[in-house]
Amino acid sequence: MPQVTLTVNGQTHTAEVEGRTLLVELLRETLRLTGTHVGCDTSQCGACVVHINGESVKSCTTLAVMANGANVTTIEGLAKADGTLHAMQEAFREYHALQCGFCTPGMVMSAIDLVQKHPEGLTEQQIREGLEGNLCRCTGYHNIVKAIAAAAEVMHGKRSEIARAAE
Amino acid sequence: MNVAAPFEGIGASVRRKEDFRFLQGRGAYTDDFNRQGQLYAWIVRSPHAHARIKGVDTSAASRMPGVVAVFTGADMAKDNVGGLPCGWQIHNKDGSPMAEPPHPVLAVDKVRHVGDPVAVAIAATRQQARDAAEAVGVDYEVLPAAVSMDAALKAGAPQVHDGAPGNLCYDWHIGDKAVVDAAFASAAKVVKLDLVNNRLIPNAMEPRAALGEFDPTTGDYTLHTTSQNPHVIRLLMGANVLHIPESKLRVVAPDVGGGFGSKIYHYAEEAIVTWSAGKLARPVKWTADRTESFMSDAHGRDHVSHTELALDADGKFLGLRVSTLANMGAYLSTFAPCVPTYLYATLLAGVYTTPVIYCEVKAVFTNTVPVDAYRGAGRPEATFLLERLMDVAALETGIDRVELRRRNFIPTDAFPYQTPVALQYDSGNYHATLDQALKASDWAGFEARRAEAAKRGKLRGIGISTYLEACGIAPSAVVGSLGARAGLYEVGTIRVHPTGSVTVLTGAHSHGQGHETTFCQLVADKLGVPVAQVDIVHGDTAKVPFGMGTYGSRSLAVGGSAMMKAMDKIIAKGKRIAAHLMEADVDDIEFERGIFRVAGTDKTKALVDISVAAYVPHNYPIEELEPGLEETAFYDPKNFTYPGGCHIAEVEICPETGKVSMVNFTAVDDVGRVINPMIVEGQVQGGIAQGIGQALLETCVYDADGQLLSGSMMDYTMPRADDLAPVSVATHTTLCTHNPLGVKGCGEVGAIGSPPAVINAVVDALRDYGVRTLDMPATPSKIWGIINGGRRMAAE
Repeated sequence: MPQVTLTVNGQTHTAEVEGRTLLVELLRETLRLTGTHVGCDTSQCGACVVHINGESVKSCTTLAVMANGANVTTIEGLAKADGTLHAMQEAFREYHALQCGFCTPGMVMSAIDLVQKHPEGLTEQQIREGLEGNLCRCTGYHNIVKAIAAAAEVMHGKRSEIARAAE
Repeated sequence: MNVAAPFEGIGASVRRKEDFRFLQGRGAYTDDFNRQGQLYAWIVRSPHAHARIKGVDTSAASRMPGVVAVFTGADMAKDNVGGLPCGWQIHNKDGSPMAEPPHPVLAVDKVRHVGDPVAVAIAATRQQARDAAEAVGVDYEVLPAAVSMDAALKAGAPQVHDGAPGNLCYDWHIGDKAVVDAAFASAAKVVKLDLVNNRLIPNAMEPRAALGEFDPTTGDYTLHTTSQNPHVIRLLMGANVLHIPESKLRVVAPDVGGGFGSKIYHYAEEAIVTWSAGKLARPVKWTADRTESFMSDAHGRDHVSHTELALDADGKFLGLRVSTLANMGAYLSTFAPCVPTYLYATLLAGVYTTPVIYCEVKAVFTNTVPVDAYRGAGRPEATFLLERLMDVAALETGIDRVELRRRNFIPTDAFPYQTPVALQYDSGNYHATLDQALKASDWAGFEARRAEAAKRGKLRGIGISTYLEACGIAPSAVVGSLGARAGLYEVGTIRVHPTGSVTVLTGAHSHGQGHETTFCQLVADKLGVPVAQVDIVHGDTAKVPFGMGTYGSRSLAVGGSAMMKAMDKIIAKGKRIAAHLMEADVDDIEFERGIFRVAGTDKTKALVDISVAAYVPHNYPIEELEPGLEETAFYDPKNFTYPGGCHIAEVEICPETGKVSMVNFTAVDDVGRVINPMIVEGQVQGGIAQGIGQALLETCVYDADGQLLSGSMMDYTMPRADDLAPVSVATHTTLCTHNPLGVKGCGEVGAIGSPPAVINAVVDALRDYGVRTLDMPATPSKIWGIINGGRRMAAE
């Protein structure tokens, strides 16, 4: 069986996998990083999004062997060691951008990549279109869009902390 | 100087406690659990809508790598495994019971829908189980299928079940037909409308999963499952299917990734993994892939209705007559029979004073996936029917659509209001929610916006829906008399620990609703314990004494009420302890937010003083009071609750493509007292997104042979962020009069009120094209056809 070596959330792992093993299976089944979810089998829902070398990727459509030598970040690797949440995580909480939490890891990982790719800032429409690859059945997306806009201000240094949501 | 703690009680938008784990990937969903020695199950499913099983050959599959067992329906039959039970019995017009054909866990002699489970392969890895499942040889004799309700009801149609002649499950009615017919005979105007309520596939983001375990030493079974009501699963599966006493069966519904009704029911896979775990004495896990979800999760809606409204010369409603066909699918899912009857026809008065109503419902078996409750369950179907009928009646009487509604509203001073279809509404103010929504949406300014859009080449329309629904399900004696085979109370336990922190045990289950925050706020408000010191325990039959789960927007109205009742008991006991400690009469003890006080004095004891005394009873009225500070209460509601309100949708249609874009949506809902405004707003927004999905995007499609064409997320159009627009959500409160919190429920209002508002807006946008009505979803191809067909007609 092929062997893959990859770094996940700063830790290096080596594992034997089948050729057909998906990255998400390696993460969930072998490394027991169950924060990354599988919500569909046609690469539509985005619950499985992780970062490979800083870019958002659907780990359900990536073979584990393709991640050989890569640097992978999952939802478990976002918060600082002292427990401080990433600005995107903080914004999702402040704006009530999650309900059941199942799409949330993929949504957060996609949103971070979206914001990073747009240092000039994002309009509401750009955020909505940027979430094309992520499905949420609970929230209607409205609060997710608001959370991403609020996190973008912090990630781009325009504010020092997440703006409070209107009461 | 003390800094005042932020207010966390009723009415505060407390940020959610559960978010910390979900945002860091630490949620614990069923598929996240893994056990030592765990095996994986893969289900062999029928590729045919209807076929006789002539034989199942498991020999090749059994020899494949890693395979531990392959089981069929015959294996389960040898163990006397029972069928999946139905929880509600409806009676026909003539008083006879509905047809209730057996629902085997694994099909034995026939398969009845694409996806019907036939066998299970169990292996060391998921892929090995899947490979083995593909190697199971099933010899099918394919039979003609009854796919649409029309086809199933025709003479000579293929029979889904031998025990249900003509594919009829029941032929039920409500109301006095002769009285209603008389009202129609005297009417100045009769408006008729045929409607389809499109079939939907719920698609909670977490696919269903189940993990069965068996301990051969103790004989104990444990099932982790993606359920909205673990105690009900324990009851149904233990008593009816696997014959395991409740004391030997623990059911856990851990974090669950959305339900929307689809995770209420007892499904075959739960029994399969539990039974297999017992046979093999090893843990067995099954997780659906999304394709399986499409063909095995219960679907929703699927009504075809003919409806007639009688009006007098002033536009006052005289009577309503409705005839509905409701699809049950191939088998009766757990609560399916009650959805098109007691959750639908009883809502046909809506917010109007229609004096007499008659509704008959034929429930039909077809070779499709079972249909059951999906967000709103029966009430969206009733609301869509009424609110489309309002607009057609307005068109045909020439009365303004808002005025027609107002003219027929139940007056604000008429509560309690007895409808002609069994329900008695306790409170509401339909004029107030309407006025607030008209103002918030700038209804009066719409024509200017329509004219502006026309300059840009867009067709703009506005639509309204004034609705109510019934939730807080339900008074046990009432539903029992209507055919429910269970009580629908809820259970709450309040455990005050010695040093003052609190654990709440509830039979309600949270799968996105934020119970771990809202319920804490009830404790903060009533007992004065900070939210951070309150923990909510739910979803585990080994921890929570009993419960009926979460559906029908019942968690606060019924579950929250049980907690309030248990807290009343805590306070009553606390007062007796406080009276002893302060040497006062118990009648002189007052309690407010954590402080017991001797009335009119400055003598006080904090809750923590009382809890310490209760658990360390050195100075305690031990002769008259047991130690400890824990109370359990069962709350059985006196009535349903009746949330309602007004939804206004504004759309723009691109005539070149037929695409409908949402441009504004305004909702003003009366959900009773609001505990956490942030969470209520989120629930309503999510419900509206599903309602817009039904109106514009989603529909389940079978071909004539019963193949599921909309069987993946590539084929079934789930709403995405760019399909939706910002939603303005507000509340207007009238209190529920019969539960201690005054709450009504907010989980379903969005999905109930919004679809007719959207379709009314689309029809309004197309008013120049002679469109009288339109079935959901209003897809671009449908709209483009109307516009271009209309142009052709105009040209002719």
